Amino acid sequence: MRWLWLDRILELERAKRCVAVKNVSIAEEVLHDHFPATDTHPATPVMPNTLIIEGMAQTAGILVGHANDFREKVILAKINKATFTDAARPGVCLRFTAHIERLDTAGASTSGVVEYFEPCTCEPRPLATIDLMFSHIDHNRSGLSFPEHNFVFGPTFKDLLRQSGFAQA
Amino acid sequence: MAKLTDEQTLEKVREVLVDALGVDDDEVTPEATLVGDLGAESIDFLDIAFRLEKAFGIKIEEGEMMPANVINDPRYVADGKVTDAGLDELKKRMPHANLDTFAQTRSVEDFPNVFTVEAVVNFVKNKLG
Repeated sequence: MRWLWLDRILELERAKRCVAVKNVSIAEEVLHDHFPATDTHPATPVMPNTLIIEGMAQTAGILVGHANDFREKVILAKINKATFTDAARPGVCLRFTAHIERLDTAGASTSGVVEYFEPCTCEPRPLATIDLMFSHIDHNRSGLSFPEHNFVFGPTFKDLLRQSGFAQA
Repeated sequence: MAKLTDEQTLEKVREVLVDALGVDDDEVTPEATLVGDLGAESIDFLDIAFRLEKAFGIKIEEGEMMPANVINDPRYVADGKVTDAGLDELKKRMPHANLDTFAQTRSVEDFPNVFTVEAVVNFVKNKLG
């Protein structure tokens, strides 16, 4: 995992469920361009839905990797469904909850929901449902070659686990 | 589960393929090939297998539906074509697929074309017994 789009892992239940959170900050540069002010509209900073999918991919990817003690190189292979019902504005906390639907040697399918919490109420509100497919690429090389070392779950990712209290995960 | 008719099986397979591949109902004809006509990629076969398991309550082992490892095995392929032993192995591993057309060229490149909607339906019917 080359960069993190999660702040903390809250729950990690082997081969079943992973819950992670990310805070949305106006300081994040990506919000400055999404969407900037125009002649007719003021700026409307919201986290791009593609990056919310990335957050779910990291949450579910950790879950799938953890199921095999991070021996497999787990790659997002397909977005089966991504449905958004709201927007993620600065100041909210996003909660990603991923479940494994099916796991085998070739890969896994996951289902997930994203909720957001307004800091003033702390009540969860639905934001998106995101279902994904992951490939264990060493079992699906299709003639391609990949590095031997596990470049997916690198030091940054291990730091996140440790900082979240899953040092033995 | 009550025994499904051929039409009911086709309809459930059609639902799976529409969801997995994002195609329209009327594109999923029995003779349509998953790769050539419906645009399936390699990861879609895993997705389809998972969805078939859920839809029909069956368990599908890796490579059971589409034994791609046969055409990647040097024992069964020579100069880009499947050997006699390879064709025998495919017939044994894929009773659900019609290999007659493929047997004429035996080209590895043509192998994805053996996987039609009808082959998926036959596979499910064989699994259900």
